[in-house]
Amino acid sequence: METTKPGTAIRVRGLRKQYGAHTAVDGIDLDVRTGEIFALLGPNGAGKTTTTEILEGQRDRDAGEVSVLGADPARADRAWRARIGIVLQESKDFAELTVREIVHHFALYYPAPRDPDDVISAVGLADKARSRTAQLSGGQRRRLDVALGILGDPELLFLDEPTTGFDPEVRRRFWDLVASLRDGGTTILLTTHYLDEAEHLADRVGVLAGGRLVDVDTPDRLGGRHLAPATVRWTEGGTAREAVTAAPTALVAELAVRLGGADGEVPDLAVDRPTLEDTYLKLIGEAR
Amino acid sequence: MTATLTDPVRVRPPAADGPGTLRIGRARAALELRQFFRDRRQVFFTFSMPIVMFLLLASIFDHTYEGTGVSTQQIYVTGMLATGILSACLQGLSLQVGMERHNGTLKRLRATPMPPASYFLGKIAMVVVVSLGQAVVLLGIGSMFFGLDLPTAPGRWFTFAWVYLLGATACTLLGLVCSNLIKGENGGPLVIMPVMVLQFISGVFVVFAELPRGLQTVASLFPLKWMCQGMRSVFLPDAYAAVEPAGSWEHGRTALVLAAWVVVGFIMCMKWFRWKGKDEG
Repeated sequence: METTKPGTAIRVRGLRKQYGAHTAVDGIDLDVRTGEIFALLGPNGAGKTTTTEILEGQRDRDAGEVSVLGADPARADRAWRARIGIVLQESKDFAELTVREIVHHFALYYPAPRDPDDVISAVGLADKARSRTAQLSGGQRRRLDVALGILGDPELLFLDEPTTGFDPEVRRRFWDLVASLRDGGTTILLTTHYLDEAEHLADRVGVLAGGRLVDVDTPDRLGGRHLAPATVRWTEGGTAREAVTAAPTALVAELAVRLGGADGEVPDLAVDRPTLEDTYLKLIGEAR
Repeated sequence: MTATLTDPVRVRPPAADGPGTLRIGRARAALELRQFFRDRRQVFFTFSMPIVMFLLLASIFDHTYEGTGVSTQQIYVTGMLATGILSACLQGLSLQVGMERHNGTLKRLRATPMPPASYFLGKIAMVVVVSLGQAVVLLGIGSMFFGLDLPTAPGRWFTFAWVYLLGATACTLLGLVCSNLIKGENGGPLVIMPVMVLQFISGVFVVFAELPRGLQTVASLFPLKWMCQGMRSVFLPDAYAAVEPAGSWEHGRTALVLAAWVVVGFIMCMKWFRWKGKDEG
């Protein structure tokens, strides 16, 4: 599409999708820049998966313009599919095959795949390479999905709730892997339920609610989060005190002069900004 | 996730299209067969079913047709040969593809640059191996224990070849179409029941010549009757042709009906085969 500027991996204008009387996607405009991790957040039924699948070429749309890597995914060809990687939500296929057999087989589909054994180690399945898929745990199964998604060395990677069912340590290591993919130049569209995941990984975040994109920004600016007043808490005369202020630094300085003890500390001092979760809940609450 | 992948090691230089459809098709065939033979239960039932059915039928009905020298047991071997093709290519394939649509296999494959034709090539290779394997086992048992004479005339094997080829092709295409009826764990009966009915009216469980004329006519519309008749013409003496409803083997009509089903199956496949589940837009 000639409307796509260089540096734009995904361009969406006025995207709509209807299931019977239910509008799943209600006019979305979205730009994902080349080389960034873009996270789509939203409650169940907000249209995340529908939107993602339209962009992946897995689902038809009712209206709107979509350009992914310069092509319309609804008319995607083999060469285009070789440039994207998709990690679908949960799958239970290939139970009888080993990790190694599946990854080596899928490598054959791509014109320039990564080394299958390197990919297996990269997702931490080296010691499970000879296990049949049916014997993998949920988290290991998910890592196999990720391995198949990145195998073709894609320019653009779709990750649909990739860390569901991971324990915290495995999730951390997965984040490192995703960050390293971005550092290697891969553009990543991530959908997730986990706000800490979006905050840790995403360069920009889009919040979907009721089929509309209610805000797009960096995680620390989303919903005007950086402008929101801070809450300052401290203890004064044995009682807990709290003040909401746009100038927390001034308040803390004043408290330090007034209440600072021999060590200069204000008792139980804490300054809180709204978390990404607070902002997110406010955004999807307003959209309802 | 112990390593990172910032500097991928290429196993082969970048090419515009990647490996060809045939090469991927060969790899898919190897993968399908490996999956099939690893599922011991599936292998056991696939190969024992026609034999068990045959042994049952052969021990229940045991007499010789006067003037032809043909025993019911010989007839049942030919019926089982035909129905083996139907069960592997149509029933087995539709259940398997339906399951693959349900469990995400098809979706995952569509997310890769795998050419769709390669997927079908792999499936065809699998049903060919399974149905020919069943035929070998049945013919072995039939000729060893039930007085079935394996023909020596090349003409008879030529008939076997084209009946098998047309029948298996038609059933495979119809199997791919019927996979749409399978929704996950459910839907099996939607395929299994019509197959069962066809087996009863096409001369598999009941000798075709003994069926009421109305059922014979209905059966003539579907491929299984013609596959059974074609197989009888390969393995039974020509004297038995007189017992057939038309009084002959009807090779021309058999070829025509089976070829027509190949065309119909192909058109339906092009029109209706889906990579996604129905609820997935």
